[in-house]
Amino acid sequence: MGGSLNANHLLFLGHGALWTIGLSLIAFAGGGIAAFIIALCRISPNRAVRIVTAGYVQLIQGTPLLVIMFLSYFGLSAIGFSISPLAAAGASLTVYVSAYLGEIWRGCIQAVPKPQWEAAEGLALTKAERMTKVILPQAIRIATPPTVGFMVQIIKNTSLASVVGFVELARAGQIINNSLFEPFLTYSVIAVIYFALCYPISRLSRRLERRSGLPRIKPVTA
Amino acid sequence: MDTNGAVVSARDVHKSFGPLKVLDGIDFEVQRGEVMVIIGRSGSGKSTALRCLDRFETIDEGEIIVCGHHVSDPNIDLRALRQDVGIVFQSYNLFPHLTVEENIILAPCSVKRASKTAAKEQAKRVLAQVGLEEKLHYYPEQLSGGQQQRAAIARSLAMQPKVMLFDEVTSALDPELTGEVLKVIEALAADGMTMVMVTHEMGFAKGIADQVLFMHRGKVHESGPATILTSPTTPELAQFVGKEL
Ligand SMILES: Nc1ncnc2c1ncn2[C@@H]1O[C@H](COP(=O)(O)OP(=O)(O)OP(=O)(O)O)[C@@H](O)[C@H]1O
Ligand SMILES: [Mg+2]
Repeated sequence: MGGSLNANHLLFLGHGALWTIGLSLIAFAGGGIAAFIIALCRISPNRAVRIVTAGYVQLIQGTPLLVIMFLSYFGLSAIGFSISPLAAAGASLTVYVSAYLGEIWRGCIQAVPKPQWEAAEGLALTKAERMTKVILPQAIRIATPPTVGFMVQIIKNTSLASVVGFVELARAGQIINNSLFEPFLTYSVIAVIYFALCYPISRLSRRLERRSGLPRIKPVTA
Repeated sequence: MDTNGAVVSARDVHKSFGPLKVLDGIDFEVQRGEVMVIIGRSGSGKSTALRCLDRFETIDEGEIIVCGHHVSDPNIDLRALRQDVGIVFQSYNLFPHLTVEENIILAPCSVKRASKTAAKEQAKRVLAQVGLEEKLHYYPEQLSGGQQQRAAIARSLAMQPKVMLFDEVTSALDPELTGEVLKVIEALAADGMTMVMVTHEMGFAKGIADQVLFMHRGKVHESGPATILTSPTTPELAQFVGKEL
């Protein structure tokens, strides 16, 4: 490369941006599934399960994502488990997201008033039916704004995957800048792309926040 | 199974919350078609007694049998018990994310495996019973408190319970909305529904109760027909109804 910012550079950045999106999707999907399990374990009637998951959450929340990335890539390979940068970054993000989102969702499930559980119980619904038909639909509405807000954080945090050699958007920018020596221009372009990825989601979050707490009202027919 | 035909029977029931003794040897029986009203001061254990019948609380000692289900047995089939028992609480507990119709058909469809068409037909019937047939497609928050409470009663009725439990179902309502809910309960009594209810509405209790239980300090302090409300024999009940009347 070299010279001034040209189409090839932009293509390279676009490629990096795609990886940022890809990593984010892996984090949401993997982290989301793991977070749901964590949330359920945190409210389990089994005390041991609650304690173990609480410990997991504390441990992960107390560790910087950067360190988790280092551990899963360099740490694991040092003890004989070599994994690809993609696998390391995906696993790290999944673990990280699961601890935070799991706690957010636990809070949302518990925010559904207790009488709702009792009413469902009084109607002879099984535990699974109470959860899926009564509690979760209400918890999901409570959870939507904070979940979307957290997703924005994750998109930005995928930039840490560059430490394991992953060329996502931030790392792509760094590489380009190394040949261009135009840090202000290059990183401005990077910032704009991050903004373009995050802004629609933030907007969505704010819209949902304004509506949160209210049940969705279908127009009354007849 | 039923002890001499009683739908509900409680024998020597004890229940503590930690150091607090809430039920200290309670006995009563409710026959089929009977209405039993539980009264007493705040904190006297009325709600606890009622909740024990549907096993929302477990008891420490004694025996409770409801519709042939041994409620105090740790291996009780809760799903079977709760299909026979309907319970309505003070707070309107309709599910806010579902319409009135969806609230009502949820349990029949999932617990009794009723078809959607049959459940919807039945929803119309029970709503007519509580005078809300036109609110089928409303969400709970679009209803008044009294209407929500009537819809909650309809939701319970859709499970065709053999006994209904009511815990101060009108206490959270404005006085002008109380009457419409009590009227629904009166109609149920006239239909022969077996009921146990906790209420502070003394006038209503007098009219509807076959049996009155006055609870005081965790015990049944005085019990008998509705006439005990007008001519109490213990000073505590006299003071209680005197104050309430
Ligand atoms: N889950 C619980 N844990 C601890 N204490 C409880 C619990 N439920 C009830 N109590 C206590 O038990 C006592 C009896 O409560 P209960 O709700 O049965 O009274 P009540 O007669 O229904 O009163 P009210 O008229 O105010 O509804 C009260 O002192 C209450 O604080
Ligand atoms: Mg009470």
